[in-house]
Amino acid sequence: MAREGGQQHKTARKTSEEDSPPESAPSEAASERKEKLDDDVDAILDDIDEVLESNAEEFVRGFVQKGGE
Amino acid sequence: MTVRRIMGTETEFGISVLGTPSANPMLASSQVVNAYASTSARSRRARWDFEEENPLRDARGFDLSRSAADPSQLTDEDVGLANLILTNGARLYVDHAHPEFSTPECTNPRDVVRWDKAGEQIIVTAANAVRIPDQNPIVLYKNNTDNKGASYGAHENYLMKRSTPFPDIVRHITPFFVSRQVICGAGRVGIGQDGQTSGFQISQRADFFEVEVGLETTLKRPIVNTRDEPHADPEKYRRLHVIIGDANLAEISTYLKVGTTSLVLAMIEDRALTADLAIDNPVSELHKVSHDPTLKHLVSLRDGRSMSALDLQECYLEQARDYVDAHLGADADKQTRDVLDRWESVLSRLRTDPVSCRRELDWVAKLALLESYRERDGLEWDDPKLRLIDLQYADLRPDKGLYQRLVARGSIDRLLTDDEVTRAVSEPPVDTRAYFRGRCLAQYPDRIAAASWDSVIFDLPGRDSLQRIPTMEPTRGTRHHVGELLDRCSTAEDLFEAITS
Repeated sequence: MAREGGQQHKTARKTSEEDSPPESAPSEAASERKEKLDDDVDAILDDIDEVLESNAEEFVRGFVQKGGE
Repeated sequence: MTVRRIMGTETEFGISVLGTPSANPMLASSQVVNAYASTSARSRRARWDFEEENPLRDARGFDLSRSAADPSQLTDEDVGLANLILTNGARLYVDHAHPEFSTPECTNPRDVVRWDKAGEQIIVTAANAVRIPDQNPIVLYKNNTDNKGASYGAHENYLMKRSTPFPDIVRHITPFFVSRQVICGAGRVGIGQDGQTSGFQISQRADFFEVEVGLETTLKRPIVNTRDEPHADPEKYRRLHVIIGDANLAEISTYLKVGTTSLVLAMIEDRALTADLAIDNPVSELHKVSHDPTLKHLVSLRDGRSMSALDLQECYLEQARDYVDAHLGADADKQTRDVLDRWESVLSRLRTDPVSCRRELDWVAKLALLESYRERDGLEWDDPKLRLIDLQYADLRPDKGLYQRLVARGSIDRLLTDDEVTRAVSEPPVDTRAYFRGRCLAQYPDRIAAASWDSVIFDLPGRDSLQRIPTMEPTRGTRHHVGELLDRCSTAEDLFEAITS
């Protein structure tokens, strides 16, 4: 039954939290993937830095809305 | 049972006049909507026809008296604020202090995303067309709060069978609405209605919900809204007006939001939901799920069990998958299968590797960006820069909006091509009554006096009174029904003759 399925997931996760598996050394492929991810993140932040409004505090304070709906 | 039904979205956009916090938002909203009207060469502007509107009709079976209603609930009074009907079948107007875009009626989730995205393009074009001397540019945001206590909505509408008892809808949709934010939350920096407690939460809207069921949309907001105004034959249909969703920018977030909701409603209509997932305290659990981006919070059910939001969503997914397999098997349409597959994929990755959903889901994309900034710049959650990133994610300007920047650099997955969205700016869906409305407005602009979801009103030469063509059936007036007729009738008089003779 679907209803029990939900509970099984919960139990399964609890068990895995209790006896957490030993940390395995990251494989070469995984560390390469992480490096690539870090490069991507740097590139994203550089891109976003360029467009972020300059005075964050003032800009955020100035955004005042009336309720809607 | 499929993801298909008549549905659509309504978005109220945040609005500001750059560097002018004191600007009047009603005036700015009117300027935006009127500017859009001025971009088309039409000499006549069709009015919105309010004849069939009943904003005080309650799905539980009674009408709220007008004197007992809050003035903000009287949405059927034409207060002279700008109000346009567009050739794509959509409505663009001023609702209180925000410009609002309602998509035309669509039949499937992908089309809802398409016309929802067209709405963003329309509102940006409108803001760019405002030319007021000595006034700074108007900027629009697709978000739901100013983090100072105000919230504005992004509503969804689903046409349902009238025969489905409303209490069944409330019972089965409430646990779904409490948990679906893990998929379609837009992410928010700040906790509480005024956002003053520091931290990140999954949903923009969750903290503004205070009751389980009710008619209001602006005060004491309910998880299930009871407005019962089908804009269609009320014997046959009800419209579920959903006010609990966040305004999504990511196409896949919107697609899954409406796709999964439509599937769950289909199971409710077919009485196919067997699991009882009733939640003990839905309002407080809604807040707690939103406040836990680790997705570990356990929701207490009335029968004593506790389940995470992901467990609850999986329970709905499994039932939907079983139901579709049992009733349709290999005959299930492509989009229904696609929604089920993506739903399953996103849920399983949210469990094991949530950040892998950052190309698909708004809250994950936003959180990943915020965490990168926190790591690089050593920022705490109360840092104004993180609040700025939250706000600017929703900025609709292509050069400034952070979501727009992520899309431009290929960091977000899309469902649609730019061309599909651009065509939806002017063209209606072909498979609902929006087709008839949109084509009439495009083809006979000077002969349409007014229109609404359920009517088109003609002002014809040689006739003293206006002629109203009701369009009460949302599945009629499609290209299949009237495409050839509209191709054939070069004037509104010809069309009216052909329809009424």
